[in-house]
Amino acid sequence: MKRMKRDAALRIVAEHIHDNLVVAAYQAAFEWIVIRPSNYNLIATGAMGLASSHGLGLAIGRPDRKVIVFDGDGSLLMNLGSLVTVGEVAPKNFYHFVCNNGVYEANGSHPTPGSDNIDFSGLAASAGYASTDMFDDINDLSSRVADVLSRRGPVFVDFRVESGKAYPQDYGYMHGSDHRDTFKAALKAS
Amino acid sequence: MRAADNTLSGVAIISAIKAAGIEYIVSVPDIVTSDGLLWPIVHDPDLQHIRVCKEDEGVSICVALGYCGKRALLLIQNTGFLDSINAIRAIAVEYSNPLCMMVGLQGKEADVLPTQSNKVSVRIVGPILDLMSIENHLLQTTSNTDVITPAVDAAYHEDHPVCFVLGQSPSE
Repeated sequence: MKRMKRDAALRIVAEHIHDNLVVAAYQAAFEWIVIRPSNYNLIATGAMGLASSHGLGLAIGRPDRKVIVFDGDGSLLMNLGSLVTVGEVAPKNFYHFVCNNGVYEANGSHPTPGSDNIDFSGLAASAGYASTDMFDDINDLSSRVADVLSRRGPVFVDFRVESGKAYPQDYGYMHGSDHRDTFKAALKAS
Repeated sequence: MRAADNTLSGVAIISAIKAAGIEYIVSVPDIVTSDGLLWPIVHDPDLQHIRVCKEDEGVSICVALGYCGKRALLLIQNTGFLDSINAIRAIAVEYSNPLCMMVGLQGKEADVLPTQSNKVSVRIVGPILDLMSIENHLLQTTSNTDVITPAVDAAYHEDHPVCFVLGQSPSE
């Protein structure tokens, strides 16, 4: 399966993120906070699988802001029902990128179940997402990501990636109160 | 007018929820609360109801709404609470977030305290909440509902979770 380097792909998306709220999980989170530092980043989602649900809560609570979620394929598999919940709530400001690398990268890179067969976009479409897309080529991403982010949500993106260069994995920051306090203060002030 | 002392009024619970400034009810259906709470909530124009597929989704949604300055209640069954322990542990307890939960005790025998139930799924809820240092209140009768509004206020002002455990099915 063709894949993009995740950090390179995130850099492309970052060019189109301004004051949007971003929820990111695990490996994508560690890369995102380096690539696009912002007080509007939330990487503290507690337990694996819950980034999409945090993003949904933010999308409901702040309909004036676009919410971008960088989920993982292993994470989404732990919370597949969230696709259905998002589809029912149908927030227009919700953009769900699933960094699909086919493995549990944070846990030894063991393959995710069904990684060769699963059609995440098909699941999202049947769950009620307004549109779905897939990217496995950096040039295609560069030319079309602005269009994806201009669509009415909920939008689902099968983001086919593989690990690029190594980034610091600061779990203390991820789960520490400073990060959440900064995020909450930024939301309150905006 | 309040219902008789030995009943638990769903109307009183909903009134206390509203008085606490809760706008969103996030739920997975529970037969204990279905008629007396959830259906009235679904039809209440002052409350926004969000159906979730699994309770730990609701933990995240409620906390994220809290980040936005919105108050929410997670209305679930004891089995769903037990299934969501890890999310509650991380997102509410370790992150010190104001998650407000209301838990129906499916399978609880009448006129028996939850801790004396023959059902493991009922008996262990209170001790688990205590072990997790989650403030919890048993709502046995309508008079107990007085605790809801101040407890929710305190949870949001002091950033900690709170759980209301229903000792019986609320009346319609």
